[in-house]
Amino acid sequence: MSERISLDETRKVAKLARLALSDDELERMRGDLDGILDWMAALAKLDTAGVDPTFHAVEMVTPLRADEVREGLRHSEALRAAARSDQGGFAVPKVMEGE
Amino acid sequence: MLHAASASALRERVVSGELRAVDIARSALDQIVGADARIGSFLHVDGEGALAQAAAVDRARAAGETLGPLAGVPIALKDNLCVRGVPATCASKILEGWIAPYDATVVERLRAAGAVIVGKTNMDEFAMGSSNETSAYKLVHNPWDLSRAPGGSSGGSAASVAAGMAPLSLGSDTGGSVRQPAAFCGLVALKPTYGRVSRFGLIAFASSLDQIGPFARDVRDCAIVSEVISGRDPRDATSVDLPVGSYVSELGRDVRGLRVGVVRSTLAEGCEPGVVSAIDASIDTLRRLGCEIVDVALPTAEHAVSAYYIVAPAECSSNLARFDGMRYGPRVESPDLLETYGKTRALFGREVRRRIMLGTYVLSAGYYDAFYAKAQKARTLISRDYAAAFERCDVVLTPTAPSVAFGLGAKTKNPLEMYLADIFTLPPSLAGLPAISVPCGLSDGLPVGLQLTAKAFDEGTLFRVASAFEHATDHHAHRAPGFATASVGGAA
Repeated sequence: MSERISLDETRKVAKLARLALSDDELERMRGDLDGILDWMAALAKLDTAGVDPTFHAVEMVTPLRADEVREGLRHSEALRAAARSDQGGFAVPKVMEGE
Repeated sequence: MLHAASASALRERVVSGELRAVDIARSALDQIVGADARIGSFLHVDGEGALAQAAAVDRARAAGETLGPLAGVPIALKDNLCVRGVPATCASKILEGWIAPYDATVVERLRAAGAVIVGKTNMDEFAMGSSNETSAYKLVHNPWDLSRAPGGSSGGSAASVAAGMAPLSLGSDTGGSVRQPAAFCGLVALKPTYGRVSRFGLIAFASSLDQIGPFARDVRDCAIVSEVISGRDPRDATSVDLPVGSYVSELGRDVRGLRVGVVRSTLAEGCEPGVVSAIDASIDTLRRLGCEIVDVALPTAEHAVSAYYIVAPAECSSNLARFDGMRYGPRVESPDLLETYGKTRALFGREVRRRIMLGTYVLSAGYYDAFYAKAQKARTLISRDYAAAFERCDVVLTPTAPSVAFGLGAKTKNPLEMYLADIFTLPPSLAGLPAISVPCGLSDGLPVGLQLTAKAFDEGTLFRVASAFEHATDHHAHRAPGFATASVGGAA
């Protein structure tokens, strides 16, 4: 039986999605996705020549509001849920190497 | 003893001074303590907050102020809605312990209407599921039969109302998540037109589909709360600036001459016989009420499940990228940043991970056109099908779900089987249309739901037909056995 998605592709997608999956989880995920994608292949039969895509079902233009200063979330409240904060900012793991 | 009363009856008795809002709140909290160990519908109960809100209603009455349309009425909210100072977990480990720093717009509107928020309800993790079984915390049991699922993803919101813990609740509906649990639990629920209700403060799943919708035990209560939460909000750019109108004034209106479109072809396949016979009987009822029954076709609807399970995961893979452990939620620290992301995000449960993966895949280079663009074009065709149908009718009638409530564990092995539980609710969602589910009978003692779909922003017609249907039948009066006691609200 031909595969819709390989284990390598599944690993690549997991990396793009920033999901750490064990080898067992990757294999199981591949099987799940394979079944779903196989079933979705029927969509290819739908004739969509000349049909525009719908991104939002209700037509709308981007509304503008008056540019007024309003109270927003307080600094301390925004930081309260952070796993770590430092000097009034979110403390995060090192992003750049060698500095 | 107050738990069987309707919201409208409770409000009336608060206004007349016959009942204090504080006593109603206590009664609801008692019912939660007494019943929820068997049901599992709440993730957080906010007793202190509820009593404070109720006391404020009683003070307002004592001061002679005009009371709002939900004065003193307890309401339960799905755990993806933000209530300031109260946890919101989306039933996920990745938001464990997170306290919402602000109120959702619907919460502000409920407060202004005098409603009393009793707590946050269990749900499928991030609203992804059709049985409430993907909750990271606990199962929800259907009050009609504790071995069965309440439906999903707003299963806790539905079960709390069906078990008399509150007369009203709010859920969210992306592909059927208020309508299908309403059908499974014998309740009325509305999925408003996309853009009708502000999504500000609703934790996003699929932004082009998500709408907040209420559960109630009768059409009147559903109309009242729908009116309260609807309308333009500058904080949600997709909320639409159109007058809401009075849903309540549609109740009891004549439906003679209204055209009801019935889809007889493909949609009838795969339905349980008990659902088919309840729907047939409903069509007869509407005909007797003077509605004209016409045949309509939705030829692209058979592709709705595929289109939805491409579009919704695509949007969720983007929306859920924010859960990376940096600004909120737990962080699984690792020396390496990528590893920190990966391990933190492994806190997502299996179904959420599956959808993030599927969404990332269909948006990735090489697959975008074959899947994502194709699904968005299918969506256009589904909207065109409805446009053609509404040339011939005012509302489209289908079952809400192909079956009655299925057993817990019955569909958890194969994700596709669970996805197919949504075949009737997905087409209106993809087209952004309003749809209501109303009880239309029992099959082997379990509720069946009737779904009515209308043109965009024509919720009024839905309430009109639903109200006439409810008045002509007694389906809504059936209560979950074991949670059915004499109705205090009606008798008083």
